Amino acid sequence: MFDKDKLEEIKKGREQWEKGPLDKVLGRFGERKDVFTSISGTPIERLYTPDDTAAINYDSDLGYPGEYPYTRGVQPTMYRGRYWTMRQYAGFGSAQETNARYRYLLDKGTTGLSVAFHLPTQAGYDSDHPLSMGEVGKVGVAIDSIEDMRQLFDQIPLDKVTTSMTINAPAPVLLAMYLALAEEQGVAWDKVGGTVQNDVLKEIICRGQYIYPPKPTMRLTVDLIEFCQKHVPRWNTISISGYHIRESGSTAAQEMAFTIADGIAYTQACVERGMDVDKFAGRLSFFFNAFTNVIEEVAKFRAGRRYWAKVMKERFSAKNPRSMMLRYHVQTGGVTLTAQQPLNNIVRVALQTYAAALGGCQSLHTNSYDEALCLPTQEAVTVALRTQQVVAEESGATDTIDPLAGSYYVEALTDKIEAEIDEYIQKIDAIGGTLSAIEEGYIQKEIQNSAYRFQKEIESEERVYVGINKYKMEEEPPKNLLKIDMTLGEKEAAKLAKLRQERDNDAWQKALDNLRKVSKSDENVMPAVVEAVKAKATVGEICDVWRDVYGEYRPKEFI
Amino acid sequence: MTKPKIKMIVAKPGLDGHDRGAKLLSRIFAEAGMEVVYTGLRQTPDMIVETALQEDADVVGLSSLSGVHNYFFPLVVQKLRENELDDVLVVGGGIIPEEDIPGLKEAGIGEIFGPGTDTASIVEYIQANARD
Repeated sequence: MFDKDKLEEIKKGREQWEKGPLDKVLGRFGERKDVFTSISGTPIERLYTPDDTAAINYDSDLGYPGEYPYTRGVQPTMYRGRYWTMRQYAGFGSAQETNARYRYLLDKGTTGLSVAFHLPTQAGYDSDHPLSMGEVGKVGVAIDSIEDMRQLFDQIPLDKVTTSMTINAPAPVLLAMYLALAEEQGVAWDKVGGTVQNDVLKEIICRGQYIYPPKPTMRLTVDLIEFCQKHVPRWNTISISGYHIRESGSTAAQEMAFTIADGIAYTQACVERGMDVDKFAGRLSFFFNAFTNVIEEVAKFRAGRRYWAKVMKERFSAKNPRSMMLRYHVQTGGVTLTAQQPLNNIVRVALQTYAAALGGCQSLHTNSYDEALCLPTQEAVTVALRTQQVVAEESGATDTIDPLAGSYYVEALTDKIEAEIDEYIQKIDAIGGTLSAIEEGYIQKEIQNSAYRFQKEIESEERVYVGINKYKMEEEPPKNLLKIDMTLGEKEAAKLAKLRQERDNDAWQKALDNLRKVSKSDENVMPAVVEAVKAKATVGEICDVWRDVYGEYRPKEFI
Repeated sequence: MTKPKIKMIVAKPGLDGHDRGAKLLSRIFAEAGMEVVYTGLRQTPDMIVETALQEDADVVGLSSLSGVHNYFFPLVVQKLRENELDDVLVVGGGIIPEEDIPGLKEAGIGEIFGPGTDTASIVEYIQANARD
């Protein structure tokens, strides 16, 4: 951004500064550490100058918001137009209890819903399955049938809210229930908006809620994308997730790289299905983490936007600008929260929120400070939402677009992370693509090595974690933790028994038989799933049909 | 004579998918000289006890971050006892409220390690308390 002569002059100036004032101070006091690194282990220089950004071409590398390569943001006005969607992931206990929490959150200014399902639903089991014992209603809401879904959205008009659902392998089933419910409310499918996570690859990589082997589970993913493109045009068909990759220990660059690798795999699968990239890519969405190192996170988001735009344009020959936009949800880093001195987490979440805002997210979930202890209490959830509101309304981060652009440090780190992403994508291509890299355990091992390195840094006290390895103190055990009704399992099981007895079992059988037939063919499964949920087939029953047809996935463990 | 290696099972009971800690500790136990088997996810108490029997385990480490510890951990101890594996040390970790710990210990869990625990102290505890 400077001409050659000016750069030479700046370089000379720096040398003089290093030999003069810097050396003098270093000689007398030294620095706190020999090497400074980010939380991802990236070495950080003492000072960044125009020399570090000399290679940047403003027009082609940064450009303008809403324009290729989207480094500066995906919309022309960003938060000057409107803030990100404040979307708090919530769900626990029964559909009725969660419905009350949703209505509370909507009342307090949340602008989109985000459904946390309990693990049985996520793993495709009904609440009365033996593997569901002890899990019913624990980390999310128990949804077995359309009747539960109806209760979950009681008095919430589906044309007025957008709903994100963290559901992956069983995503077609939960989306079908939502669509059937919209129909009941008299809302046309082209008026409903929301997201299903539908990202089965990262379940296999790190999150653990897989059901079927990679190939058939990818088929269901693509079926859903194809169906929505035709019938539910405002639906984000997938939320390609780096969040959990980061939670399981990756660096910032790995988070972005492996998520983009998954994105490439999904896009490729859709193209192979015969879909036109510009017809579906605009509805691919992403989901990332935000840790406490604000600058590194901002650089990660900017690098990711630029790299994805290039992938779509160059690898997949996309023409539609929307296909090239990395639109994403952010959740603050769950794993960064400490059980020790939990109030400190409010500060961590505030910094992470600031990072998400400066990085240009489209929606955000802020974690509650008590989440290293238990499921969040209402008080903690309110503080988390207020944190977003303080950053949006008071910090000034929302007044101008991409406020950190042009910082020598931020631009240099953006370039560095993009280069790391590119290196990983090339390696994964060389292995034979994302699926092969997962099968070989390459991606899993890279993540685990980073997790190991981080743990060692904490334990050797090379890296300080407040309340963990420094500034420790004696504490009273926390009180007022959220408790889930242990008898909920029995109640849900009783509800299921009643449903199975009262439903029209001929219609139910017919719907499931049809689903089985379609699932064995090349036909898109979605219409048959919608019919099955209307006939009151449960999540477990539908997922069992696919277990029969497609088999179950058992991973190799790579330690 | 050198002491025989401690044989350790690391298991994830229930449907919880959070296995960063389980995998990390498996590696750290192995580095500390233990023989480690990581079961992977979605283990029922019966599956865990079966693995303990087959592997002749000295220690079973259970990890849960989804709030099912009060259900699963005591059940594993009970099933170990039913299989005459009374002397197998059972330890647990994850997101476990402090108020649940006395009950778990009463049920036969040796120790519970919460978030932020130094891994060296876990290794030390196991080495001191595993059967000879």
